[in-house]
Order: sequence, then C-alpha cells, then structure tokens
Amino acid sequence: MKTDLFEPQIVAFMCNWCTYGAADLAGVSRMQYPSNLRIIRVMCSASVSPHHILRAFQSGADGVMVGG
Amino acid sequence: MNIELLTLTEVTAISGQEGDITATLVQHPRYVDTDKCIACGLCAEKCPKKVPDEYNEGLGKRKAIYVPYSQAVPLKYTIDPNNCLYLTKERCGLCETVCPSHAINYLDQKKEITLNVGSVVLSTGFKSFDPSGLDHLSFGKHPDIVTSMGFERVLSATGPQGGHLVLPSDKKHKKEPKKIAWLQCVGSRDENRSKNSYCSSVCCMYAVKQSVMAMDHSKAPLDCAIFYMDMRTQGKDFDTYLEKAKDNGVRFVRSRVHTVMPDPHKGNLVMTYVDELGALKTEYFDMVVLSTGLEISADSFALATGMGIELDASNFINTNSFNPVSTSMPGIYACGVFTGPKDIPQSVMEASAAAAAATEGLAVSRNTLTKAVVKPKEREVAEDAPKIGVFVCNCGTNIGGIVDIPAVAAYAAELPGVVYVEENLFTCSQDTQDKMVEVIRNKGLNRIVVAACTPKTHEELFRETLIDAGLNKYLIEMANIRNQDSWVHSDEPEKATTKAKDLVRMAVAKAFRLAPLFETQLPVSPSALVVGGGIAGMTAALSLSRQGYPVTLVEKNQHMGGNGRQLCKTWKNEEIAPFVKGLIADIEADGQIQTLLGATVESVEGFVGNFKTTVTSVDKTQLIDHGVALIATGAVESKPTEYAYGQHKAVMTLLELDALFMEKDTRLEKAMEVVFIQCVGSRDKEHPYCSKVCCTHAIKSAMAFKKKNPDTGVYVLYRDIRTYGQRETLYREARKAGILFFQYDLDSKPVVTPGENRVSVEFTDTILGRRLCVDADILCLSARIDARDNTHLSQAFKVTADSAGWLLEAHQKLRPVDFATDGVFLCGMSHYPKPVDESIAQAKAAAARALTVLSRNSINVGGIVAQIDPERCAGCGGCVEVCSYNAITMDPEREVAVVNDALCKGCGACAATCPSEAPSLMGFNNDQLYAQIKSALAV
Repeated sequence: MKTDLFEPQIVAFMCNWCTYGAADLAGVSRMQYPSNLRIIRVMCSASVSPHHILRAFQSGADGVMVGG
Repeated sequence: MNIELLTLTEVTAISGQEGDITATLVQHPRYVDTDKCIACGLCAEKCPKKVPDEYNEGLGKRKAIYVPYSQAVPLKYTIDPNNCLYLTKERCGLCETVCPSHAINYLDQKKEITLNVGSVVLSTGFKSFDPSGLDHLSFGKHPDIVTSMGFERVLSATGPQGGHLVLPSDKKHKKEPKKIAWLQCVGSRDENRSKNSYCSSVCCMYAVKQSVMAMDHSKAPLDCAIFYMDMRTQGKDFDTYLEKAKDNGVRFVRSRVHTVMPDPHKGNLVMTYVDELGALKTEYFDMVVLSTGLEISADSFALATGMGIELDASNFINTNSFNPVSTSMPGIYACGVFTGPKDIPQSVMEASAAAAAATEGLAVSRNTLTKAVVKPKEREVAEDAPKIGVFVCNCGTNIGGIVDIPAVAAYAAELPGVVYVEENLFTCSQDTQDKMVEVIRNKGLNRIVVAACTPKTHEELFRETLIDAGLNKYLIEMANIRNQDSWVHSDEPEKATTKAKDLVRMAVAKAFRLAPLFETQLPVSPSALVVGGGIAGMTAALSLSRQGYPVTLVEKNQHMGGNGRQLCKTWKNEEIAPFVKGLIADIEADGQIQTLLGATVESVEGFVGNFKTTVTSVDKTQLIDHGVALIATGAVESKPTEYAYGQHKAVMTLLELDALFMEKDTRLEKAMEVVFIQCVGSRDKEHPYCSKVCCTHAIKSAMAFKKKNPDTGVYVLYRDIRTYGQRETLYREARKAGILFFQYDLDSKPVVTPGENRVSVEFTDTILGRRLCVDADILCLSARIDARDNTHLSQAFKVTADSAGWLLEAHQKLRPVDFATDGVFLCGMSHYPKPVDESIAQAKAAAARALTVLSRNSINVGGIVAQIDPERCAGCGGCVEVCSYNAITMDPEREVAVVNDALCKGCGACAATCPSEAPSLMGFNNDQLYAQIKSALAV
C-alpha cells in the first residue's frame, strides 16, 4: 500500500513470555497504535539471531524490533 | 481439570472428621452463565448504573455488571444484585439485550452444594484496617488522604488514574503531588485507638516500595517521607531495598504522628508530630498515605468460630510454632494472613505447607477421585501434504465489529495449502469446538490455523481440540487478530482488515511448515533426597514419608537436630528440645527414611525425576537414585568481632546464653545487670541483611531474666525492634515488665569496656540526650546469622546463591521454595534466617512442591525443545555456553553438542548463537520463521 506519506513496514520479534504478552495487554487496555507492525512470536528474544533480522530487512522491512 | 472453582460461594457448615468431612456450601447467583460469557465487556459498556469500585478502594467507579478486577479468575462478568436496575426495580435489562452470547440470566438462583472432602484449608486472607474511626488522621475528610491500598490503586496501571500519580482532589487538572507522607502503624501496634496491638508485618516494606515507586512515577522531583516507629524490613533482601530508598532520597522520620488535618487556607494537609529529640514539628504535605494494617474480617471470624476453630485475642487462627498450618480442629488447616499478618512469600509457602499437611492423612486415597483425559489415537500426517483449515473468529463483535471477517475468510481461502475456511461467532465456544473436531476428521485437515485472540490464553484450548480430533497438538498456529489487531486499531477498520489478512497469511505460511512434535515419557524415581537433618530437613523428610515416598536424609554431622538442638523456647514459650527429640525419634522409627549421618553429597547427575547422587560418609560411598532433592543445610550464628567478645566471660551470643539457660548456670541467678546489643555484625555495609530472628530471641531471653528476678536490670540496645506480627505481644510484655529499650544508630554504637567481673557498656539515650553506662554481669550479643558455605552443593545441583550466600529461590514472591532448576527445592535457614515456625512451614511447602513431581508416574519431555543436527554441528560449544539451563553437553565421541530434552526449556538461544544453524527450536525453526518474515512483508 503506497501513499505519498512514508509508511514504514516494521517486523517485531516478541518474546512469548513478556513483550508478546504486553502487546496482548495493550489490546486488553484498548491502546491504539499504528497498524503497520507485524508481530512474530518467539519463545525468547535470545532466539532471534542476526540472520532473522537481516532476513527481515532483505525481505523489505523498514524497521525491525526485538522485544524481550 | 482437577480443581473445581466455586465462585460467589460460602461455607455454611462443616461436619465429620478428618478423612470424611461434609461441607455445606451456598453458591450465590452470578446472573451470568460462565459457559457462555466471553468477557467481551459490551454489557458493562452499556450498563447505566455506576457504583463506587471496591477494588479501587472507592477511588473509581464500576458498573452494576462488572468483572471485579482485570486478572479475575474466571474472567467472567457478574451482576451486583444490590445495584442492578433490573434486579432491584425490573427496569433496564440492557445487558441482556446487548450480550452477543446470551449469557445473562436474571432468574439465576442461589444453590446449596454439599461436598464430601477429606480435609479443609482456610485461606480467606485479610481485610485492610478501616481508618475512618481515627479522627486525628482526618481520613475521609480530604480526598488526598488515602489508605495504602488506595495508593496502591493510584500507582497501578489498571487503577482509576491509569497509573498516573495525580492528586485525587484535582484529577481534572492532573495536579501532581510534590510532597507525600506515609504514616506507619495505622491500625497496628496500637491498643488504644484501633485495638490492634499486633504488628501487621508488611506495612514498612510496602511503604518503602510505594515511596520508591511514587518517585519513579513522578515527573517532577518528589519529596517522600515515611513516619515510623521501627522500620521492620526483616525479609530477604528487604534491608538492601530500604538502604536504596534512603540513597534515593526517601526521608525516614522516627515519630508517631499526632495529627493530620486539611488546611482550609492552603488546601493541602498539615501534619504535627514530635521528632526523636522531643521537638514539636509542623509540616505540610500534598498527599498522606495511611499504612493501614491487616485484620480479620467479620466474615472470616464467623466462618472460623462456626467451625469451632480457636482464635487468638486478635481473631487470628491459633496455631503453634511446630504446626504452623494446623488449626485446633483436626482436618482443618489454614494459611496466609488468617493465621497471622504476613507477606506474600510467607503466604505462598504456607499455602504449599497447608497442601502438604492437608494431604498427609489422605495419601492412601491419592488419585482415587482425580479425572484423566482419554485421548483418541493420533493420525499420522507428517508425510502428508498440508491440508490447512482456517477458522476465523468474530469474537462476537470484538473482531467482527472492526475487521471485515468475510473478506479475511475469502482471502484465506486463496492461500497456498488452505482447503477449508470457516467463520465462527465464537471459535472458542464448546459447540464450535465440537464442530471443529468433526470438520477436522471429515475434511481430513492436517494443519489448523485459528485467527482469533491470543495464543497466550487460547492455544492450549485449541491444542485440546486437535487432540480430540486425532491430530498432533502442535499442528496449530494462531493469528492474533483481536488483541493485536481489532482492539488496537479499532479507529482504523480498513487497516485492521488489511493487517488481519497479513496475520492470517503469516500464520498459514507457518502452518504449512508445521511438523508434528513428540513428547517422550521418562519414568520418575519415586523417592527424595533431603540434604540437611535440622528441623527443616527432618520435617520435610517426615512429610514426604507420610505421603508415601521413601526418603534418604543426608546429615553432615553425626547427629540430627541442627540449630534446633541449641534453642530453648519459641517466642510462644514452647520448649524446642522435646520437639526436636520427637522429630529425631519419628525419623528413626520411620521405615521409609534412610538416614546417613556424617555424610555429604559428592556429586549429582541427571535431572528432575531421575537424579543419581553420590553420597560419601566416613566408611562408604553410595549412589542414590531419587526423583527430587530438597536442600535444607541451615545457617550458623556468627562469632562477633566486636564488643569484647572472646575477651571477657561476661560477653556471649544468644545461643551461648541459651546454653547457660539449658544448663541452669548459676551466673544467671547472680546477674543483676544484663545488657543485650542487637544487630551485631548485621545491617552494616559488609552484611546489609537483617538476621530476622534476633529481636524476638533477645527479648525472649531478656524476659527470662525478668521472670527469674524482677529486680534484674535488663537493657536492650537496638536499632529497630523487629518483633513482627504477633511477636509484638512479647515486645509489649517486655516493656511492661520494665525492660529498658534504647535505640542506637550505626554512627553511635555502644562502647564496651571489659572490667574485672563485669563489662561496662556505654550508650546514648536519645530522649535524655545523655550518655548512660551500665556495668553488665552479662552482655548478650545478637550476632548475625551467616549462610553456610554451600558452594560444592550448589554446583552439584546447579542451583545458585546470592552474594551473602543464601540459596536463591526461583522467584522471591511466587516460587519461594523452588529452585530455577526443576526437581530441586529449598527450605529452612539455607534460604534466609527464619524462626522455627517459618522453617517448618517452608519445609512442608518444599515437601508439597516435591510431591508435584513424585506423584506423577512419569514426566513428559520434548515438544517445543531444541534439537541439534549433528551433520551441521562443528562442535564449537557456543550453544553450551549460552544455554542458561545447562541442557546442552558435548558428546565427546562424536564431538557434537547434544540437547537433554528434560532440561531444555525451549528458549532457542542455542539456535540463535550457532553460526551454522545446527540447533533448531522445534515449532519455531528457521524455515518457519523465515516463512513468517517473508509473508509478513509480501504485499
């Protein structure tokens, strides 16, 4: 979806035990945030390797977030 | 499955005896069918009736249909019949109209339930003291005077102010307080005004915590002052926290506040108090927090007395130090604040202890009433091409009201591998589950995607559905289109729909690559190893034996009993020696307990359920198979290095004094002046922790002198008297008996000069402002308690200790007797100094936690764990280094790394570290992750 305004595509790796739960809680609390974030659940942020991050950039991500 | 939760239920009668008790219960109507309610919140949104919210201490409002708090279990709504317009006036009925799952039932009736049980545990908790009656504190006269519970809600992110620290009196302008005062002992340690003479144990620590948190929450610099009598932060690591709070600028003022009043001119609060030197002071604050104590509610009182349970003068359940979770009625046990004020770790320990005590007598009937699942045979699908079924949930209107579900479903149908798509109103409802099982079977689906809420709450449910349908439970992937989509993008429905499609595409891409995962069952050695034969170790061993499991008890010395052998009496006057003798006799008479004296643990191999430990004693070495291990190696009273200890026979430690009492030494009769010095070697820079037991122990010993001869001059030099909980009774008695207490600080320590027969002790009296001197016949030092050197043991069992040497539990509040290493537990003073009753509670708790392993025939290992491809492994050992759980070892023959499934926690750190991608985390492997990454961005 291209518009004149730059809309970054962000991939987030989130730890199942903390950040992923926090993202769920943001929902429970009905907090609103921009929709251009795609969350990938991992079992620990330590399992995210540079390969994953680079692969995300290679695939077109404008930003990568690792939450743990 | 084996816990039935009956909410809104009261016990009306208990009859029978241990092993065969009939409990009569009344369940009050909820007016909401919990099977149907999906907690969407529409009812509460529409409900017109607002009521002060009890959970938020009246600082906010709730509706007449509500969930009491966001973590409520079950997470289901309930109607407050006293405030509901329909139930009180037959008007409204809006909730019934809007409820998408037809869960409202205004005709719900109360039910009587009769249960036949073996034992009963009471854990009804406490009620926070209501300060309304204390007119000198002006509670209720100004909104900025709140109770500590109220302040807790102010700071909470789910509280009425969303965690923003603003003055309740001026929420509109979001005016922040600049000065906050905490007043300790409101409704505690106060016979005159509140009638609660005991100490509530927890308020000092929570006030310190609240002040530190308030500073964190405040944007501008915040002045926090705590007005207290004695700072009672006796718990593990609490003093370190206290010192940190002081460093952060929290002020601690030793004073009992005289009055708090709203100042009508300035609009804030004016406080008058007398400082330590006796000067009258006036100070203004924006907010005042009353650190209200814990007490027993009228309902709990009625419950206990109705059952014939003995209570003490303050309505706490009477327990004795040797049976801290038993009530006066056999078969009825208790835990938590109902038996006395206590904090979370101690309550959690007691809860496990009560579970152990309540089941010791029922061990023969274990598993006779438990339910087990019957699983259908699993279909082999590993080699089959993916046939993916996608179930898209509307969640009532939670998702469907924002996201265009038909569009998402149509999109999903076009994705590779998808052969079936269905839209559901509620995918999680029982009828949909039943239908799903049918569909999976009939359509031959072999991978499932559920686009709904979060896997954190619902993945387990859908895994069960897969099992019922004969599929491997790991063949499901969820797309989180509610919590992480419709709820957070409700203002942008189109974008939410686009995101939902993306999330479904990512889930399908992963599901396409899912493979069945398998768990293997390893047998559990049904026996325990207990290291340490003191009170804690012996109690744990006996508890486990009564539960039906053999125990090997390893004791380093040639005799059992530990520190218990040197102690006289508990603070409640119970003789410790006969109790310890009884424990030893019980151990020796127990055919299931093997005692190894003069023995130590040499080495440990294996893991939870399957340990092999080598124990050596003087004459032999034995290999012991055991399923669990309990460490109860105790602690030791240190030898002081000051106050002329070791230089003069008048100077001794508390345990040495106890020895004189036990030997009935004549010096005790002759002593006319006796001085006790507290905190010797504790609570200083080198040893910042509090030894917890010494204040009570010293006062107990001091009282023994006064009882022998009321004319004996007895002086206690202290920093803070920490007679927490009901121990305060002893302190009060001591003051009444004429024992004199003098407070000192680290910079004004007492000075001891040895004389010929006596030692002279010089100290300052702060009230008189003068130096005083006592020539003491006996100077008793409350010496610090030291951790034992557990280095070898902790390395062998792969457990850790903190910087002071205390063994480190898995979680200080919630898992106080578990180690992070599965199957290994701790109890007694090796964890932290503690009195006999707490050691016993912790020992029983450790036994109960050990039972959760022993009572299983086998443990399941595997599933989401790492696997290392030996073809790719170069043997560098990088994964061994990063594994926090010691689950990876090198196979010396093949020179490759190998994962032990029983130890692996499935974090995947190894997979991320390996340069050649040899390890994969099953269910989260690189193929799957790369597919998710690619499809996340493939627009």
